[in-house]
Amino acid sequence: MYKIEEAKDYFVFVEQRDGKIMDVALELIGEATKLVKETDGYKVVGILLGSDIKDLAQEAIAYGCDKVIVVDDVHLKTYVPEPYTKCMAQIIEEFKPDGLFIGATSLGRDLGPRVAARIKTGLTADATLIQVDPEKEGNKLLWVTRPAFGGNLFGTIICPDFRPQTATIRPGVLEKNQPDTNRKGEVINFDVELSDADVNYEILDIVQRIAEGIDITKADILVSGGRGVGGPEGFKVLEECAKELDAVVSGSRAAVDAGWIEKAKQVGQTGKTVRPLVYIACGISGAVQHVAGMDKADLIIAINKDKYAPIFDVAHIGIVGDLFTVLPELTSELKNIKK
Amino acid sequence: MNIVCLLKQVPDTTEIKINFETGTLIRDGVKSIMNPDDRAGLEEALKIKDVNNAKVTVITMGPPQAEIMLKEAIAMGADEAILVSDGRFAGADTWATSSTLAGVLEKVDYDIIIAGRQAIDGDTAQVGPQTAEKLKIPHVTYVEKIEEVHDDYLIVHRQFEDSYHLVKVETPCLLTTLTEMNKPRYMSTYGIVDAYDHDIIKWNLDDIVVDPSNIGLAGSPTKVRKTFTKEASKKADLFEGSPKEAAHLIVDELHKRNLV
Amino acid sequence: MEFGLTKKQELFIELFEKFAQEEVKPIAAEVDEEEKFPEETVEKLQKYGFMGIPFPKEYGGAGATDLEYAICVETLSKYCATTGVIVSAHTSLCASPIYMFGTEEQKQKYLRPLIDGSKIGAFGLTEPNAGTDASGQQTFAVLDGNEYVLNGSKIFITNGGKADTYIIIAMTDKSKGTKGISAFIVEATTPGFSIGKKELKLGIRGSATTELIMKDCRVPKENLLGKEGEGFKIAMKTLDGGRIGIAAQALGIAQGAIDETITYVKERKQFGRPIAAFQNTQFQLADMQTKVDAARLLVYRAAWNKSQGLPYSKEAAMAKLFASETAMEVTTKAVQLFGGYGYTREYPVERMMRDAKITEIYEGTSEVQRMVVSAAMLK
Repeated sequence: MYKIEEAKDYFVFVEQRDGKIMDVALELIGEATKLVKETDGYKVVGILLGSDIKDLAQEAIAYGCDKVIVVDDVHLKTYVPEPYTKCMAQIIEEFKPDGLFIGATSLGRDLGPRVAARIKTGLTADATLIQVDPEKEGNKLLWVTRPAFGGNLFGTIICPDFRPQTATIRPGVLEKNQPDTNRKGEVINFDVELSDADVNYEILDIVQRIAEGIDITKADILVSGGRGVGGPEGFKVLEECAKELDAVVSGSRAAVDAGWIEKAKQVGQTGKTVRPLVYIACGISGAVQHVAGMDKADLIIAINKDKYAPIFDVAHIGIVGDLFTVLPELTSELKNIKK
Repeated sequence: MNIVCLLKQVPDTTEIKINFETGTLIRDGVKSIMNPDDRAGLEEALKIKDVNNAKVTVITMGPPQAEIMLKEAIAMGADEAILVSDGRFAGADTWATSSTLAGVLEKVDYDIIIAGRQAIDGDTAQVGPQTAEKLKIPHVTYVEKIEEVHDDYLIVHRQFEDSYHLVKVETPCLLTTLTEMNKPRYMSTYGIVDAYDHDIIKWNLDDIVVDPSNIGLAGSPTKVRKTFTKEASKKADLFEGSPKEAAHLIVDELHKRNLV
Repeated sequence: MEFGLTKKQELFIELFEKFAQEEVKPIAAEVDEEEKFPEETVEKLQKYGFMGIPFPKEYGGAGATDLEYAICVETLSKYCATTGVIVSAHTSLCASPIYMFGTEEQKQKYLRPLIDGSKIGAFGLTEPNAGTDASGQQTFAVLDGNEYVLNGSKIFITNGGKADTYIIIAMTDKSKGTKGISAFIVEATTPGFSIGKKELKLGIRGSATTELIMKDCRVPKENLLGKEGEGFKIAMKTLDGGRIGIAAQALGIAQGAIDETITYVKERKQFGRPIAAFQNTQFQLADMQTKVDAARLLVYRAAWNKSQGLPYSKEAAMAKLFASETAMEVTTKAVQLFGGYGYTREYPVERMMRDAKITEIYEGTSEVQRMVVSAAMLK
């Protein structure tokens, strides 16, 4: 499409939905402002597609874009792969980016592959780390790292022969900059000829999701209580902490049998098997049947008064102490961080 | 109606262990399974076949051992199976894989192509939409429900984080499906007997329509520079300090993991 | 000599395992606790072709063999012995004799619905006064015009009350002793046919075990299975095959107990280490698995012989004798290794121990198996 020597700048797909820029796009802009420092004069360029979204360009600039390319067209109002792909392909052809970063949302992971296939370039999926030539080989090659096999194995992917070096990046991993509303940048209105024929599927309806019952097997963080919680009142302490962590509360068989928490939230051999990122076991002794349901968690934190409790044999962090003093401390520290 | 399901045989990643010393995967004794999202797609195809006059063809690109997965698909109710296997396909990234699959599909009749959203060993979710691009047909990814099936169009639910789009898409098209959309049927005993009375079609590079420079490792724009594992977690010592210090310790650890 | 399974058989195992783990295991404790016949599971067993595995496709069967059938019963029984015996009694004791001895008309009318999954089958031989000695039959069948009139009762009938089709053994000519016994196909809806008392049992508590009562029960003449006087032969042949099913059930129970024990001993800690680290545990497990493997070879040989059309009566008796006694021994040891927990209903091994006992009793006690084996040796 274009020569590697011609390629320059890091482009960020500034995903917006309903006129609001997605957090991940701001995170990517933030990361790109760091990456360009390791290049000789690359710019951070945003790509903003949508209908009636011109105002968003300034926001992208405030977060770190030097330049924003805007296609404002009624055919881009709601995401449909083809018109978005067409715009991306034409922008890439015109502006010749060296790197292109797309948020790994359910939209970005739909658009990214279609674009990469159309222009023939390499695409790394769902990355968590981007580095510019980390071993100083003098080629400005992007090293893009992504987890595989449930986060146990990492692969670093490069795209030496095609441009732009493209990646979708997992939301919530990178940091956005503090917005600077006085920041100046260039806004380029780019025309792409779009017609109804480009919109190759029809959206009949958009249905907002009603919050469903909580499924403990899908939670990233579980705050789990056992016999040591002492009663339904005790579980309120767990809930307050869980709220700050965006976590879900679960329980051991002892807590369920005692009626302190519903059966659907029971972890263990006779309950559910969970493998969250973090499992915080509060006042759970760690009976075999319980451990069988949670020992695959990435990080197990146990809080128990009894230093000989078997739960400490599987915990990565073992805290000997009273959950009724440790948890409230944890809750308030989390609250402080949020402020 | 012709429905083609793209299937991938993957290691059961829940069984895979890591050798932290060498930084490699221990695959010994790990079972190979039909990728769960693909299995959900096959179930959707079979559900369509249950009520329509449809032929379900399953296709996989993989090593000869993937044949057993195709037998399983027939035992579940698929009508035809094609194993596309060639040493020259080895090392393919999603670009080269989709080129190969598109080259296969050029030789097969289809109205609907169904692929799983992503494979559990790679988690890229790219092969489906990239294959559609190369066939120049529309795709709908993250399909969580097939609402209506008509001769020339489908109505499906396309999942987003906080909503779904009710999408009407004309055939031929490619859908990618989600594990949670159904509970796939089991094989049946008579289906297994059928599967072994039935020959699997075996193709190699020479049987498909693809530019050989677009396949395998050489045809892959991305290269793996290195792989490594996370450090082995070892059991921490018990912490017996004050509640405040304990809370701090926890927050630090969560922070390291980008969870707060 | 070849001990490995084929790829096709491995696929069967994958099906059986997956089905058993997802559909059978989760409700096994409830089935036992509430003495609940697992109706919904049976519907799924029918749907996926588990109820006609060793029969040809022309009758709606799977077209597989007795070996796959035995592996099916084994695998289901690893998780729930009740489910195992439902399939076994249906297949071996009802569908099988119709397949072996039925006329083409009987096969179309009775075998097909049994194996294509719309009906359940059972077999009635045992009576209050005719158990091991089957010749003491007190159920009588008298020909009256175009119908046989059956009178009498059967006890301990597996699938009783749940089955649609019964094979009933009855005396047609008492003067001829065992040569005066005949077999009949009786539909549950036949007037005069009714279900009596339901037994409360030690194990396989979800399996329906009932009395059958026949009072002037009129069965069409064409429902005579085989010829008049062939009933004893049919019953014995049927039981020969049934023993493969029960042996497979015992094998499954035993293997299930070992699997549970292995998980437990790795997790349960005493004196600061998992009990798996103690030599007693290790040696017990080695003995348990060695016996179970020996039982498996006997069971598979008997099933293979049957599938190849080779004699299998002695082999089936040996398989059932050894597998059932192994099941009892292994499940008892499993409970012991679990200690106090093993005695509670929190873990499944106590159920397995209760379930194992029946395999030494029904379809011929261990003593009968020894008679069959020694008779074959000394003839």
